[in-house]
Amino acid sequence: MEFFFEVLIGGLLAGVMYSLVAIGFVLIYKASGVFNFAQGAMVLFAALTFVSLLERGVPFWAAFAVTLALMVALALLIERAVLRPLVNRSPITLFMATLGLSYVIEGAAQALWGAQVHGLELGISDEPLELGGLLLSQFDLFAAATAAVLVIALSLLFNRTRIGLALRAVADDPLAAQAVGVRLQRVWAVVWAVAGFVGLVAGLLWGARLGVQFSLSLVVLKALPVLIIGGFTSVSGAIVGGLLVGASEKLAEVYLGPWIGGGLENWFPYVLALLFLLVRPAGLFGERAIERV
Amino acid sequence: MILQVDDIEVLYEQVILAVRNVSLAVGEGQVVALLGANGAGKSTSLKAIAGLVRAERGEVVRGRILYQGEEVTRRAPQALAARGLVQVLEGRHCFAHLSVEENLLAGAFARPRVSRAQLREELERIYAWFPRLKTRRRSLAGYTSGGEQQMVAIGRALISRPRLVLLDEPSMGLAPQIVEEIFEIVAALNREEGVSFLIAEQNIEVALRHAHHAYVLESGRVVDQGPAQEIARREDLHAFYLGGQAAQG
Repeated sequence: MEFFFEVLIGGLLAGVMYSLVAIGFVLIYKASGVFNFAQGAMVLFAALTFVSLLERGVPFWAAFAVTLALMVALALLIERAVLRPLVNRSPITLFMATLGLSYVIEGAAQALWGAQVHGLELGISDEPLELGGLLLSQFDLFAAATAAVLVIALSLLFNRTRIGLALRAVADDPLAAQAVGVRLQRVWAVVWAVAGFVGLVAGLLWGARLGVQFSLSLVVLKALPVLIIGGFTSVSGAIVGGLLVGASEKLAEVYLGPWIGGGLENWFPYVLALLFLLVRPAGLFGERAIERV
Repeated sequence: MILQVDDIEVLYEQVILAVRNVSLAVGEGQVVALLGANGAGKSTSLKAIAGLVRAERGEVVRGRILYQGEEVTRRAPQALAARGLVQVLEGRHCFAHLSVEENLLAGAFARPRVSRAQLREELERIYAWFPRLKTRRRSLAGYTSGGEQQMVAIGRALISRPRLVLLDEPSMGLAPQIVEEIFEIVAALNREEGVSFLIAEQNIEVALRHAHHAYVLESGRVVDQGPAQEIARREDLHAFYLGGQAAQG
């Protein structure tokens, strides 16, 4: 039984890592109805910039601040150069634009900092910690705490600030928001900047885990089932979706693996997502339209 | 003249002709009715004025729009809202997942840089006009009645103290009593705060009773205009709404 709980909690904590990536998608999807394929590239860009600065002797927090500033600048640039000219186009046009954007950002990151693999040390040891008789990874606990802080900060931003109100208005009804004078461009710039910040946090944690390298941008693919299960429009959905994916893939690997062969955890989340699509296409927390009869 | 529209033509998706020839004017402090059947081009005309046609892949391809004497054709809706021209969309378009109060506050984005104290004050002003909204301030707008949603939509537009409000089909789907109540408030706002209104309506009778001047639209053209009382006496007016003549246009 102890072993079961260790696997379960280990899985839940690993799931938080997926949630971190998924939150970036949710932000942009909420505000503009666009699935931002470039989120993974932003994660890579942030991590690569940060680690390269660190290797050049820049202190930790300075590197963090510079990278954050760069992510915000990138967001403003994207809004101005890509989104603004495409405003009022169909979502598929914008999706294609983000697809192109992801290659541009990946290319730029590697042209700037090179393509070699970097190790990233955040100063948190990955040694197991014994808590109440269970062995848990310190690093995973740290990641979970970071995610919790992030979610609280985001919910304060959404529900307690003026820009948050503008953001929710745009997410709810973009035409009406424009009609009453909400500046769509500014909301988009803010959302992309916040998504850039989330990308930076995700990039640091994932980079520390996997090493900072090109394949970091492929974490988008892991975020997909999380989004389908949790719903594209809800930050808490992204968290719950991540936990579900993390826990189920680890449990499946450990308990089903011996029966149907290992490597289960690579495809199990997608099967789960497929089932959700059949039963609950809006996801667990996806916003369904309020309709009066 | 607070608003002057000179011979505009509006195309959607570069091919669909929605408005072919509309000219109209709204005087300072006037309530003007824009009448016509479904598809006559009322909504498109309003959206062209407010700069919202572009959000629906439309474009003003000819003519010009003057607001307070300045050309504003193809101006962004936010820029117009900041200068006191806002639109209340057809079908109300409340932010369904936001509370009534949040809906109203969202309207204040039209005017940048307002303090919290000012916001409270404006909010109380709107609640004074629509007391019913105050009792429902914490409810999600999506769960309020049609009449309340219309009040939210109008209140949301008024919170930024606009000079000209474009009201699209305020009577849609509402009980006659509620329609009357809403038009009374609009008339009072016009009298007491001097707000000008351009109202697109299918409910001619109510609209003409509260308007100073009226235009009649058919197949994207202005086919008749005059003082509201005069238009109300025309006997052929109802024919426009039965679609008999519109079909030939």
